[in-house]
Amino acid sequence: MSKILEGLYYAESHEFVKIEGEYGYVGITDYAQHELGNVVYVDMPEVDDEVEAGEDFGAVESVKAASDLISPVSGTVVEVNEALNDSPELVNADPYANWIIKVQLSDASEAEKLMDAAAYKAFLGE
Amino acid sequence: MENKRTCLYDKHTALGALISPFGGFDMPIQYSNIVDEHNAVRQACGIFDVSHMGEVLVTGPESEKFVNYIFTNDITDAPDGKIYYGMMLHPTGGVVDDLLVYKMADKRFFLVINAGNIEKDVAWIMEHSKNFDVTVEHQSDIYGEVAVQGPNTESVVEKVLGIPCADMVFYTCKEVEYNGETIIISRTGYTGEDGFELYGSHEFTNEVWDKLIASGEVKPCGLGCRDTLRFEVGLPLYGDELTDEITPLEAGLGIFVKLEKEDFIGKEAIAAQKAEGLKRKIVGIELKDKAIPRHGYDVEVDGKVIGQVTTGYNSISTGKSVCMALIDAEYGKLGTEVQVRIRKKVFPGEVTKKRFYEKNYKK
Repeated sequence: MSKILEGLYYAESHEFVKIEGEYGYVGITDYAQHELGNVVYVDMPEVDDEVEAGEDFGAVESVKAASDLISPVSGTVVEVNEALNDSPELVNADPYANWIIKVQLSDASEAEKLMDAAAYKAFLGE
Repeated sequence: MENKRTCLYDKHTALGALISPFGGFDMPIQYSNIVDEHNAVRQACGIFDVSHMGEVLVTGPESEKFVNYIFTNDITDAPDGKIYYGMMLHPTGGVVDDLLVYKMADKRFFLVINAGNIEKDVAWIMEHSKNFDVTVEHQSDIYGEVAVQGPNTESVVEKVLGIPCADMVFYTCKEVEYNGETIIISRTGYTGEDGFELYGSHEFTNEVWDKLIASGEVKPCGLGCRDTLRFEVGLPLYGDELTDEITPLEAGLGIFVKLEKEDFIGKEAIAAQKAEGLKRKIVGIELKDKAIPRHGYDVEVDGKVIGQVTTGYNSISTGKSVCMALIDAEYGKLGTEVQVRIRKKVFPGEVTKKRFYEKNYKK
């Protein structure tokens, strides 16, 4: 059964965003990392790139397949998780601690269109 | 159309395998994870269900002449028990399929073909056999097949199955009596490691699977790692490096095409291509980054597309992102700087040998 954290927001494409003030930390859910298997590469945007809710901003690659990363929120990338360049497997080890990008949010109300933990749990049907 | 299932299908689902379609069959892609299964074959022993592979038996007075006519390698006066790798070609030189030919005995040849090409191959073989005094029997439904691969395989097969195989030379086969049936064992595989492949009835195949898994010394391995293993040692996969449109010369497999032997289908086209020189060829490319080049991605030089990736991975045994790619031959020199377009970015790399990891055969 997949791990789902309270207090985060979830997208149907299995990304999460953790909101802290004007910033959002975006990564993939435990369900997503498990479905992908061994993550061997994370294709991340550059700092200062714009991301838009519903648009792809990179990809997570397992041995067999590449899976697009869809941003759950809009804004400007202020930080990328550089640790994933050398250790992409951290996404498997703890996907919630190992967020992929930190976004300065342009519209904090976008999070309300996402699922909360209970809704995501129901969505997964677990 | 509904996919076929092999005689081991229920074993795979019982082990919790991820099942996906391959070559018209529902096949196990992985049981635990690809990396562990890959490493088991490189370091110890793994077993693959390869019952989806097709088998065709050719017998009769003109069987040697006929097989030589449809096959690129030369089986003239082959000793009993010897195995040859080669291709069946279209008259254009494109590949109908790549296959193994087992010389079982005088005037008896056992052909092992790719699952996805069974229908095409059998029709091709039947069609061209009309002018020869031969009998062609399609036996894919009779045989199950497992591949047992890895450095420990020889001792495991002898100890757990009681089938003597230590004295067998690479690329040879023999028939063995096992529980009252005649099975075929060959020292062959598709992983770059030492190993054996066993062909027999569905009952035999299930018994071998159960015994080897129960021994605890053999890991069940899916087609996922079969692909990463064969790729690392530069072995081609039909559909990626070989197709109806790619010739063996372009794929770098010219040593399996014997132009000095008498006529065979495709000979003229290959001889002409050899005389003219290649316009495109399959090369290895190593990327400087960890991004993964995958089948179909463009290979570029200074923004100009020069070819496409045929297979690519982050190599499990070396950790490097590498691929095989079919590119314009003028860029095929070792060390040439090329780029691979992966999603929105281009990643720099250089042309290398196609073998990214050394084979470990016991010859």
